[in-house]
Amino acid sequence: MKVPVSWLRQYVDLPEDLSTVELAARLTAFDLKLEEIESSGISGPLVVGRVLNLVKEEQKNGKTINWCRVDVGAHNDASVPDAPGDDVPSRGIICGAHNFVEGDLVVVSLPGTVLPALGFEIGARKTYGHVSDGMICSGAELGVPGDADGIIVLNPGSAQPGDDAIALLGLGEEVLDLEVNPDRAYALSLRGVARDAAIAFGVPFHDPAALEAVTVATDGPGAYPVVVEDPTACPVFAALTVTGIDPSVPTPAWLAQRIQLAGMRSISLAVDVTNYVMLELGFPIHGYDRSRLRGPLVVRRAADGEKLTTLDGVTRVLTSDDALVTDDRGPVGLGGVMGGQEVEMTPATTDVVIEAAVWTAPMIARTARTQRLSSEAAKRNERGVDPTLPARAVRRVADLLVEYGGGTLAEGLTLIGEAPVRADIVLRADLPARVTGVEIDTVAAVEALEANGCAVEVDHEWLTVTPPPWRSDLTDPYDVVEEVLRVVGYDRVPSILPVAPAGRGLTKAQRLRRRVGTVLAGEGLVEVKTFPFAGTADWDRMGLAPDDVRRRQVMLENPLSAEEPGMSTTLLAGLLRSLVLNIGRGHPDVHITETGRVFLPRGGDAEAPIYGVDRRPTPDELATLDAALPHQPYHVGIVMSGERVRSGWAGAGRPAQWADAVAVVQHLASTLHVDVEVRQAQQAPWHPGRCAAIVLADEVIGHAGELHPRVLKAYGLPARVVAAEVDLDALIAASPEIGTRPDFSSFPVAKEDLALVVDVSVPAGDVQAALAAASPLIESARLFDVYTGEQVPEGKKSLAFALRLRAPDRTLTDEDIRTAREAALATAGAATGATLRA
Amino acid sequence: MSAPNSSYDPVEVTPLRSDEVERMRDEALAAIAAAVTPDDLQKVRVEHVGDRSPIALANREIGALQPQARKEAGQRVGQARGAINQALAARTAEVEAAEEERALVTEAVDVTLPWDVSPVGARHPVTTLSEHIADIFVAMGWEIAEGPEVEAEWLNFDALNLGPDHPARTMQDTFWVTPERAAMVLRTHTSPVQARTMLTRQPPIYVACPGRVFRTDELDATHSPVFHQVEGLAIDEGLSMAHLKGTLDHFAQAIYGDGMTTRFRPSYFPFTEPSAEMDLLCYVCHDEPDAVADCRTCKGEGWVEWGGCGVVNPRVLIACGVDPERYSGFAFGIGIDRTITSRYDIADLRDLFDGDIRFTEPFGVEL
Ligand SMILES: [Zn+2]
Repeated sequence: MKVPVSWLRQYVDLPEDLSTVELAARLTAFDLKLEEIESSGISGPLVVGRVLNLVKEEQKNGKTINWCRVDVGAHNDASVPDAPGDDVPSRGIICGAHNFVEGDLVVVSLPGTVLPALGFEIGARKTYGHVSDGMICSGAELGVPGDADGIIVLNPGSAQPGDDAIALLGLGEEVLDLEVNPDRAYALSLRGVARDAAIAFGVPFHDPAALEAVTVATDGPGAYPVVVEDPTACPVFAALTVTGIDPSVPTPAWLAQRIQLAGMRSISLAVDVTNYVMLELGFPIHGYDRSRLRGPLVVRRAADGEKLTTLDGVTRVLTSDDALVTDDRGPVGLGGVMGGQEVEMTPATTDVVIEAAVWTAPMIARTARTQRLSSEAAKRNERGVDPTLPARAVRRVADLLVEYGGGTLAEGLTLIGEAPVRADIVLRADLPARVTGVEIDTVAAVEALEANGCAVEVDHEWLTVTPPPWRSDLTDPYDVVEEVLRVVGYDRVPSILPVAPAGRGLTKAQRLRRRVGTVLAGEGLVEVKTFPFAGTADWDRMGLAPDDVRRRQVMLENPLSAEEPGMSTTLLAGLLRSLVLNIGRGHPDVHITETGRVFLPRGGDAEAPIYGVDRRPTPDELATLDAALPHQPYHVGIVMSGERVRSGWAGAGRPAQWADAVAVVQHLASTLHVDVEVRQAQQAPWHPGRCAAIVLADEVIGHAGELHPRVLKAYGLPARVVAAEVDLDALIAASPEIGTRPDFSSFPVAKEDLALVVDVSVPAGDVQAALAAASPLIESARLFDVYTGEQVPEGKKSLAFALRLRAPDRTLTDEDIRTAREAALATAGAATGATLRA
Repeated sequence: MSAPNSSYDPVEVTPLRSDEVERMRDEALAAIAAAVTPDDLQKVRVEHVGDRSPIALANREIGALQPQARKEAGQRVGQARGAINQALAARTAEVEAAEEERALVTEAVDVTLPWDVSPVGARHPVTTLSEHIADIFVAMGWEIAEGPEVEAEWLNFDALNLGPDHPARTMQDTFWVTPERAAMVLRTHTSPVQARTMLTRQPPIYVACPGRVFRTDELDATHSPVFHQVEGLAIDEGLSMAHLKGTLDHFAQAIYGDGMTTRFRPSYFPFTEPSAEMDLLCYVCHDEPDAVADCRTCKGEGWVEWGGCGVVNPRVLIACGVDPERYSGFAFGIGIDRTITSRYDIADLRDLFDGDIRFTEPFGVEL
């Protein structure tokens, strides 16, 4: 809301010496937050001048300049004799523009004027062989709208030479741009802001709405016929007619200036006046060109599919949620939101029907939302207007049209319905003190509320508050508390640290996610945060099959990008984008990770229920709600490219390889004391021969390995990028309450090496698992060599394991060792066909 | 050096001759003194101490003497052997020390050579700051609550006193899930987590909810469609706005140090009443008269905007099944990303989210 300060001062007796900055600070403390103070920044002797004489002088550079003698009234300077023509008191000024002639009224900045657009102070200076004793100003130089390049030529007779042009053009005005919160509908008006300013400074307020509403009889002969068919949608409707307005009369400069300073365009007297009164009272007003209306105005709901072209030129398809004003031909206005084009006032309009109506706020909000139409009217109507104003608002418009447009007030006011009765608010007198923690006694509370226009009845410990009609937001006891605190001062709230009951610390999942984060950083991975949006282009680059479940996304109605129209089902989409960015920026070795949610839709048409708000939903209802939401587990994703061990002075490094990705996942699992199994797998976007499934209790919870060369090509990435993604929620859920118990023997170890021959297709992991399980004496079985070649048969490979044998209760005998070794061989043989290498 | 005796004279045996024993001793001591390397010492050991050394042979002869001569000869040879062994041990220690000294010098390296073969990881500051904030609240006995990011419309809006026609609903530029009748959104704040907490537990409730939230803002230097907040909620008997201020002041001090404070300005949020914007005392200039005017962080205001807060609207309590006659509470929220950009003077919010490793790396694993 833009509030010109001089306009505001008309309604509130603010101290003369109050600075705009102080005023704004106080209003901010009253919940009218200052966005900025707008002002022209122009100062000094900026005056009106009349061009008495104009001599065109051609210059050597080919330009023609005007050597002018300008009458600037009291500012004429006889001491500078160098002026063309006769010696009438004046000033000589050089001007390069040509859109003015002798006799025109212009704006002159005399020496000493500061124009921010120029960035320097005007002075008398010698130019083109003359002394230019000031400057004739253009719109751009003054920062006013209009022909920016041309000189401003004022309407003849609108001012006298020597008049202060700063005041005339409103250039000295400061405008408060205030942020008005949705609950303070009343502050979308000068009336409302002035009232708050009056409370804030404890000075008298002059209500612009305090005018005699009805000096014309209701239902007189000139009252325009109106039928309200739906009083729920429109509880109050007032209309008043003014005829015989002179369409040639311009809007008075002061009025045009005020609405322009308030951020609206000046269009014509009739339109400007309706806007002016809306700004003044906060009540939206609509004017119809009476000559274009056919028959009575009827207020009703729209039929589904009914159409109306509003005055912004948009043809709108309506529903029964929208209210219409119609005449005999059909819709002429979208009730409370915007008028129709067909009956719009034009510059030729002479007879006007002025409408001020109260519309149901939620209905307006819905219409504005579904029509995506946030007009000045809708903005006020959806927040709630003062329902007692309609008759006075139309009267105020009519008075101005009569006064400035030469119109005639028709006999008869149409007034249908009356302001709904507001419910009182009953609260304990100590509620303001209890809620705010500030010592506020009943007297202070009542004073604060009365200052806001409330009527308050005190009955022992109870207050009965009748809010004023312009405060539709005051409905609950706590609303009343805020009004009291606003007056008492938010800065009076003391600071008391509450003592919470002893808590249980972080949850297990929260603790473990932190540990995982630390482990990932320890693995040399840099955490990134990417946006969880993705789409078909991602899936195609990743080479997901057409029926891959990861293509099924939670989609968005209004995504920011058509490329990424839904929520991602995998962290790899974001990580690979990040990898592309990093490599594009010249980082050769990139090891990144992200921990975040992925979004997996439920089958079918999940719809989350919308419950009432008058009670807690039942546990079943909450379960239904949760069941409708997509599954959103935390995943961990990692991507590694370039060298995992960097080359340097000590020798060659080692590129990241498939096993690094697997190892990180295994490290995470062991951090959480979870046993995961690694299985050979084929899963996009991984290399079909270099992809490990991470298996937890027979469920695949992730994959790790090297990415498919085609995927890397699609992303424009270098070869051999490795990646992993694993369901962190699943890992955390499997993490035991108590970790692995330390269990070791202090008896001596026996070491045995075992070289086995198996088919090349046998996974080493299977052999290792068989060996480890073969005997309780086998402490560990570690693979230390893999060999294929001449020394083993075709189609076979040799796997060499180092066994460590130990008993918990004794030193092993040679017999123990031999038995364990044979058991290992037999078990591995049975499980994998392994034989001892010859 | 002399060779061991080759002849054997049972009468004139060596141990009985003091001059012979002294000579053996002196020759041995001279050899020990002349030894420089471990090899020299080994040679000395063989020639003058070993089983076939003269003194060892002399010792062996003692057994063949008359008992009355044995004592004197034994003493004489024993003393000589003692002197030799002592000298040998001392010289061995000297030679080993010198040898070690030499080895250490030759093994010296240039320790300024870089050892940067392993990549160094780092955690995103949004993560570490969220954890830091969580720790501050946990230290106060609060717990950390979480909830889904795709959230039911009812929890994101209705339960928080943001009914379908509430003007503030359109102000929160919301991502809606397809189809619209699914009544799901990307949560626009972490407040639904507060609602979930009230719906599932009994007061007293003291929870902080850090998390990722979404608004349909185009990404630019100061806006992001994805950002992070932490919200707090306390529901108990007798809580007032003063407790809210006490909590925020403590929070400010825990993050920015002693002497920090907050101030309230009236504001509007549907889920709180009264509502306030909170400003944080500028943590750079502390609103000190001689510093504030030139302060870039607060632009000369002395205070920086920190977030929103207020007393929980009883309508929210009712929708979440908390008895507003018995309990009251407060809630607040601050932006985590903004805290980072402001504290680390990061001009462009996009740096947090484009995934360039050079953004995260300097933060290491702790802020
Ligand atoms: Zn500062």
